[in-house]
Amino acid sequence: MADAPTAGSDEGTVDAFLEGGTSLRHAPGPYFGAYGGRWMPESLIAALDELEDTFEKAKADPEFIAQIADLNKNYSGRPSLLTEAKRFAEHAGGVRIFLKREDLNHTGSHKINNVLGQALLAKRMGKTRVIAETGAGQHGVASATAAALLGLECVVYMGAEDCRRQALNVARMELLGATVIPVTNGSQTLKDAINEALRDWVANVGNTHYLLGTAAGAHPFPALVRYFHEVIGEEARAQILEQAGRLPDAVCACIGGGSNAIGIFHGFLDDPSVKIYGFEAGGDGVETGRHAATITLGRPGVLHGARSYLMQDDDGQTIESHSISAGLDYPGVGPEHSYLADIGRVSYEPITDSEAMEAFKLLCRTEGIIPAIESSHALAGAIKVGQRLAAEAGTAGASDKIVVVNLSGRGDKDVATAAEWFDLLDKDSAEAVIGKEGEQL
Amino acid sequence: MTTADITSKSAIAIDKARAEGRAALIGYLPAGYPSVEETIAAGIALARNGADLIEVGIPYSDPVMDGPVIQAATTEALAKGFSVRQVFDVVAGITSQTDAAVLVMTYWNPVVRMGVDEFSRRLAEAGGAGLITPDLIPDEAAEWMDASEKYGLDRVFLVAPSSTPERMRRTVDASRGFVYAVSIMGVTGARSSVSSAAEDVVAAAKAAGAERVCVGLGVSTAEQVAEIAAYADGVIVGSALVAAVRDGGVDAVAQLTKDLCTGLTRK
Repeated sequence: MADAPTAGSDEGTVDAFLEGGTSLRHAPGPYFGAYGGRWMPESLIAALDELEDTFEKAKADPEFIAQIADLNKNYSGRPSLLTEAKRFAEHAGGVRIFLKREDLNHTGSHKINNVLGQALLAKRMGKTRVIAETGAGQHGVASATAAALLGLECVVYMGAEDCRRQALNVARMELLGATVIPVTNGSQTLKDAINEALRDWVANVGNTHYLLGTAAGAHPFPALVRYFHEVIGEEARAQILEQAGRLPDAVCACIGGGSNAIGIFHGFLDDPSVKIYGFEAGGDGVETGRHAATITLGRPGVLHGARSYLMQDDDGQTIESHSISAGLDYPGVGPEHSYLADIGRVSYEPITDSEAMEAFKLLCRTEGIIPAIESSHALAGAIKVGQRLAAEAGTAGASDKIVVVNLSGRGDKDVATAAEWFDLLDKDSAEAVIGKEGEQL
Repeated sequence: MTTADITSKSAIAIDKARAEGRAALIGYLPAGYPSVEETIAAGIALARNGADLIEVGIPYSDPVMDGPVIQAATTEALAKGFSVRQVFDVVAGITSQTDAAVLVMTYWNPVVRMGVDEFSRRLAEAGGAGLITPDLIPDEAAEWMDASEKYGLDRVFLVAPSSTPERMRRTVDASRGFVYAVSIMGVTGARSSVSSAAEDVVAAAKAAGAERVCVGLGVSTAEQVAEIAAYADGVIVGSALVAAVRDGGVDAVAQLTKDLCTGLTRK
């Protein structure tokens, strides 16, 4: 089993997806078909070049590979488990469902994979300060963690609305020594936090690395962030082969910017028998306009450094996204996902808040695992995929079908939101006040 | 600079100032702030009080290169319902009343959305000189290179203190009209002093072959204008003018423009 992101190490064992032997697994950027690139101010191009150069050299440096492998194993707790969810699967047409347990990583989500890698790159570049944006707070917490571990100053930009929704994560970041700056511009969510982080980066690029948290942004970020998450897919593929004796029929992940998804997809992109699904945040329902289903309903445009699908109006102004999940509440998406959608390799579908919360509750009750609300979108999607597979295979054949779901994070951070959703809180309790009135801890 | 056969409105305006022994003044105004009519009136006031070129900014939802003053203005314009096509009304409104070269400064996505060719056609039709593109680098500008040739528009790309000599050359080669030298690593907004990096950026751009280099970011007073006029072909003022619009309307813009002009003559 791979315990390091050893890109390319198992190319001989998988079939190339495209005719002619072109692999989809290691697209280097800057372009993914018509997407990607560098739609960025000139002021930042030198820093992007420096990052690209440092990254390319690090990938070829056995010492760097060993550092990542050591941190993944002895700090994050990798490899993360692949757990069969038998009772949950009864609600998905009776297919077999396996959960890739990124929720068990240190800091509670896949985000740690990327931040450790990027923080090491920051050190290699001689930078002493990292800045990050965060939606749910998972990437902010992970960034603060990596910064504490490696002795870097850390500043996290977080939308003021998200600070309210994720007050405990703000406290966690501060406990870890980071400075959290609430962003009050625009929609006060993830996209505005990215804008503010970019403004900081332009002004402080000499000593500062922008530790971007998702597989989006200007080149080399999409390929670089994917690289550090490839370990998810490589582990998952080896684990399912070991535990089930064959490749899955389908792989499911949730998509905001798309970093956990591209990480697990990476392992299976060149396996033509594996159907791949990305589940976007459908919010109140795509017909309501209040959603974050970027690929499903967006149009290509440029935002935050890359050309990709984008939620925008007829004037090219970014439309504010809506989702119960702060981590998916983003009107853009990583450029590699736009490409994979266009060529038909990955199917992207929306999951509403209600569907996600039902799946959240179901996993709690059937498996004793509280998932992140982000990951609950993938779980809800897996139920649909499982039911479709079962319908095709018939009752007798359903139990031979296998679905792997990336459980990208744990739901401890979401307990207040979930308790409010399911009306579990006494209305006078402190938690209810936090949930409803936005009081920060 | 490429294609000598296309007449550059920006170059003509800068060369006219140069012939008068001074630097050119370039003033920025966000379209639709506080209204389309007032932007036109402020633009006319800018030109009549001494600005040689005018930058009309398109309010955008994600202005990553802008500081708080311009963000507040463009957010307000969008909240009042500004639509991108109104920028052509502003350009036409100013060019029909003055001789100033009028450029549009815009983040790239609104142009992509309308279509680069369509946007360029309408800008040329409105009498616009060209585009200043803060988040478009020549590397990604193939479509804009074609459209700007087709419609005879200036391409003003930015160079920064962080630009390598190689990128400096590439950007200068791709530009027409002038090159926009960012004075400081940062976003728009008044600063108490002009960074010493600005003079180096201008020298590097000239060394890379630029005929006209104008300096912007952080310039708000006649003293700063004078400092930059000593070595640059033009001085760009943004946030200070936006604050003038905000606090005193068209009259304040006229007064500030007159004041800024006192710094233009080279000593």
